[in-house]
Amino acid sequence: MMAQGPVGFVEALGARVNAMITRLGFASRFFWLILKTSGTSFRRIPLTVREIYFAGVLSLIIIVVSGLFVGMVLGLQGYDTLVRYGSAEALGTLVALSLTRELGPVVAALLFASRAGSAITAEIGLMKTTEQLSAMEMMAVDPIARIVGPRFWGGVISMPLLAALFTAVGIFGGYLIGVVLIGLDEGSFWSQMQGSVDLREDVVNGIIKAFVFGVAVTWIAVFEGYDAVPTAEGVSRATTRTVVTSALAILALDFVLTAFMFRGV
Amino acid sequence: MPTDLVFKDPLVELIEVSFSYEDSRPVLSGVSLRIPRGKVVAIMGGSGSGKTTILRLIGGSVRARRGTVRVFGTSLAEIGTDELYRLRRGMGMLFQFGALFTDLSVFDNVAFPMRERTDLPESIIRQLVLMKLHAVGLRGVADLMPQQLSGGMARRVALARGVALDPRLMMYDEPFTGLDPISLAITGKLIRQLNDALGASSIVVTHDVQESLQIVDYIYFISEGRVVAEGTPEEVRDSTHPFVHQFVHAEADGPVPFHVPARDYRQDLQTGR
Repeated sequence: MMAQGPVGFVEALGARVNAMITRLGFASRFFWLILKTSGTSFRRIPLTVREIYFAGVLSLIIIVVSGLFVGMVLGLQGYDTLVRYGSAEALGTLVALSLTRELGPVVAALLFASRAGSAITAEIGLMKTTEQLSAMEMMAVDPIARIVGPRFWGGVISMPLLAALFTAVGIFGGYLIGVVLIGLDEGSFWSQMQGSVDLREDVVNGIIKAFVFGVAVTWIAVFEGYDAVPTAEGVSRATTRTVVTSALAILALDFVLTAFMFRGV
Repeated sequence: MPTDLVFKDPLVELIEVSFSYEDSRPVLSGVSLRIPRGKVVAIMGGSGSGKTTILRLIGGSVRARRGTVRVFGTSLAEIGTDELYRLRRGMGMLFQFGALFTDLSVFDNVAFPMRERTDLPESIIRQLVLMKLHAVGLRGVADLMPQQLSGGMARRVALARGVALDPRLMMYDEPFTGLDPISLAITGKLIRQLNDALGASSIVVTHDVQESLQIVDYIYFISEGRVVAEGTPEEVRDSTHPFVHQFVHAEADGPVPFHVPARDYRQDLQTGR
């Protein structure tokens, strides 16, 4: 029986923190087991390719459409601001830098978490609920190597590619607005962009961010699925947790990575 | 214990096994049982009596808190994951609702253990899978997906998958649940036939009395985590043991009371909550 009042509150808080740390411990151990058994994912490439298809290829439409709109909005907003200072031709730079450094990796990762992350959690959770994972274990096949590993690596490989695609389509959206619609000079749009976007500083850092987000989102997704309470409600809660935790993790990691990558530059 | 059954050198042996999940009441307390070679043994008891936990202990999914679980002569308490997986290669299990992989076709489900656990060429695997499916009468649905099968058919496909690698020990978790009478009879017949054809031993966890009495060689009754009675089907039918009698004759009240222990009825109604 839990005590009431302030003591009860502290007790409940302590229990919650305790549970969170324990869960983090489980998740870390799970991460280690995935890495340890990753040989299967690379020895049996078709398994991983299948997951790249489900996590990556099936996310293409949402990534392309969102990228296009985000780029077009950036074009409109950027032009509106830049034209006040008489530097509308810098629109290409603004669109490209915003997308490669921030919006590409972050928005693509958020979309990836909602589209692919939730699907991975639900699939693994349902496999657990219907005893498919137990059946596999009883056949002396390790479900972490056979089911979790390929999904993890499929997600990790897909994420940077999706972010790059998001960025590319976004830049095209900015071009559509800036050059085709508003009528900025095409040459200066592209040349300014070319001159100010640095491969190492901007593009590679963006890809590193996307890779880190990919690891975080897919790790959360496979863990939540594997750890789900094996009931309909348990799987639904796990799926929700995947999306919420992933979103928070992406934004927090983005801050940390940005602080390391772009401080004072 | 009858002498005509080979209880010496059993394939599986539980000695004084106790088990409880974390922070909860004991599921099994001091259970001892033996599964003789080549026989079909039923473990019977009501829902929540700890029957399925016995299968999980034998399969090594959970470890006994006390006592010894010995499978194929090896005590499970002393072995690591690799050794456990090696032992599991000699086991097959049929889960309550089949547990077929929903993203694989019927053919690929049965081929799964062969592809994962052996280096057999695809042409041999194809022949083996068709033979296993033929044995359960479902060669004609090899290309269907599990979602397209009835519950009884899914169970039979899972059975074919369970015996894919000719296990020495087959375990069945409630194989008769939710089946129509025809599917139920077919499943019962298949359990017996496959056991005899493979020269395997089988453990059938069930609460289906009539079907089990027809196909098994020996029965253990579990109640509240203990073995309360055991015997051959004939002994069970004639048993005067109160629990066995209540169970076999499906009586609503007996040693297993109709009412779960509760407060006084009158008092409960009067207090308003």
